[in-house]
Amino acid sequence: MTEAERRREAVIARIRLGLGTYDSAARRSAVARRIATPEAPLVPERARRPADERRRQLRTFLEGQSATFLEVERAGDVPAAIARFLRSSNLPLRVRVGDDSYLRSLAWQAEPALERLSGPARGDDEVGLSHATAAVAETGTLVMASGPDNPVTLNFLPETHIVVVEEKVLVGGYEGAWERIRARFGRRAMPRTVNFVSGPSRTADIGGQLVMGAHGPRRLCVILVRD
Amino acid sequence: MRSTSPAFKANARAALADAQLQRALSEVAPGLAARRSAARAGLPEFEALRERGRAIKDHTLAHLDLYLEEFERKATEAGSRVHFAPTAEDARQIIAAICREAGARIVTKGKSMISEEVGLNAHLEGAGLEVVETDLGEYLIQIRGETPSHIIAPAIHLTQDQVEADFRRLHKGLRKDRVLIEPTQLVAEARQILRDKFLSADVGITGANFLIAETGSSVIVTNEGNGDLTQSLPRVHIVLASIEKMVPTLEDADTLIRLLARSATGQEISTYTTFSTGPRRAGDPDGPEACHVVILDNGRSELLGTAFREVLRCIRCGACMNHCPVYTAIGGHAYGWVYPGPIGSVLTPALIGVHSAAHLPNASTFCGRCEEVCPMKIPLPGLMRHWREEEFSAGDTPLLYRLGLKAWASIARRPRVYHALVRTLMPVLGALGRRTGAFRHLPLARGWTKHRDLAAPQGRTFQALWADHKAGVPR
Repeated sequence: MTEAERRREAVIARIRLGLGTYDSAARRSAVARRIATPEAPLVPERARRPADERRRQLRTFLEGQSATFLEVERAGDVPAAIARFLRSSNLPLRVRVGDDSYLRSLAWQAEPALERLSGPARGDDEVGLSHATAAVAETGTLVMASGPDNPVTLNFLPETHIVVVEEKVLVGGYEGAWERIRARFGRRAMPRTVNFVSGPSRTADIGGQLVMGAHGPRRLCVILVRD
Repeated sequence: MRSTSPAFKANARAALADAQLQRALSEVAPGLAARRSAARAGLPEFEALRERGRAIKDHTLAHLDLYLEEFERKATEAGSRVHFAPTAEDARQIIAAICREAGARIVTKGKSMISEEVGLNAHLEGAGLEVVETDLGEYLIQIRGETPSHIIAPAIHLTQDQVEADFRRLHKGLRKDRVLIEPTQLVAEARQILRDKFLSADVGITGANFLIAETGSSVIVTNEGNGDLTQSLPRVHIVLASIEKMVPTLEDADTLIRLLARSATGQEISTYTTFSTGPRRAGDPDGPEACHVVILDNGRSELLGTAFREVLRCIRCGACMNHCPVYTAIGGHAYGWVYPGPIGSVLTPALIGVHSAAHLPNASTFCGRCEEVCPMKIPLPGLMRHWREEEFSAGDTPLLYRLGLKAWASIARRPRVYHALVRTLMPVLGALGRRTGAFRHLPLARGWTKHRDLAAPQGRTFQALWADHKAGVPR
């Protein structure tokens, strides 16, 4: 038995001793059942509201967390909205973006001055652009799944993070986000990271006073696409 | 980490006399309690969710061996290496070996109370590594050589002036006349210093708020995003988690997430909640190349068969300390080990022995607020009472205290003597204390009255009132 196996056996054996139980078919099937069919969670009323209300919730929560919230009618309007936001925030017209096919297909030619750098974020990138897998109305939470399309570092390294959310991915509660993740990656499978993002980075570690931009983005801009 | 819990009384006295600490505590702790109350009021389902949360943890603990095996299977499938650590020493060795094999020089860390519990930093530094805490609060105490004084606000005992002095002392190479008046300026400076560490680290170590058996994922919550840079930039990510962090499914994690931030800081949800599963996938342009999960027991499995099993439901929100009259008066360091406040008073004796930590379960007025606000409904006062009983049976209770208890017990067991005594004493005390309604000083009890007043009894005894009530005498 290797050292690693000995340690593993020790922990499992001590737990069984503590519980006064042993490895049985009945216990195993209880665990398998629970995982196969997650217990219906208690979903709060605020996470079960109709679509119109969900949009209002998302906006209220995110703005309450000092995020900028923009709405556009069509996907084609996104590049102009990004350019307007960058100009009004005195930021360079340059964004780092992954290989996301939806973002790639946008009408970038309408904003020739807006430069796109591709790949994961670098330490000196000022703006990251991502495409949300889901958004949760319950607490104004964006759900990002990592991969070549939306590298995880885009969410954290640049000082400004712009997230495009299609209204069709807007769900009521966290459970709805898992439905979308499971539909995309399969049951019991996850990408390397799923990030719930509910505002710009912050800290209250100095004298309990709230300061934005601790280590992650100082600014978060959410663009909701209605069509 | 070495414990100073045996010196609790001296620690507490020093804390009460420390003006700087008192100022820091008065600024933060009441705010956290008020924000929790507002968040709870904003979610009508909060109490029902507490009941759900408790049931999830009770179910998981009853099947903990099997859920751990299931987690191990799924995490391994996703490409993680899972290590079990029966003791703190095992955890230190495992992590040091991973760092050595990775050829690491710089290690960044997200906030992890378990790493404090096993004394990880000192061990890795002893092995020649540079270890950098990246949660701002943890960084502040690391540069001062201190330990956390709160489980979610580790630098709650520091004031802004102290932080400025430390930054000027330690951050060499920056302009001496730079302005550091506003918290934003201090945060910006820390961000700049730590950014370099994030980008040059070889290994990133985070804790875990939850481990999910369904997918083999680990979950962290932060507001700063430091945990995400810690686990996404270096080549190797190590998760250090204790056995009781397990939950069955993503939906179960949802319930606990709905409780955690509201109980901790009064936020609806923390800014970042991150689910990590294995290393970067084929085709991923970023994320760690290797991922290890180290699962620590360190005495917890021994609690499973005892009344203290309930304490393993704890999700480390810190609500019990924010609402504790003892914690908010003396801060966390007086408790002398990793976990302060009511949860520490129950957990510390379990992990380092009741003999070394006997003062802690006695450091409670049993006001019951900790149990009232605990999202996992852990009966903290009841468990502290258990420890007091064990202390008494083990003969660790001081002689004077034992004699006092004996005297009390012999009177309390004789109702006639007790009633006669109270009937005589009460009017006397009532008359003596009539002027102010309370005693500021009492003979033989100076230690007790130094920090509080004893209310003077008013009116008649309960027994007398009850006798009248039964006889039908109107009040």
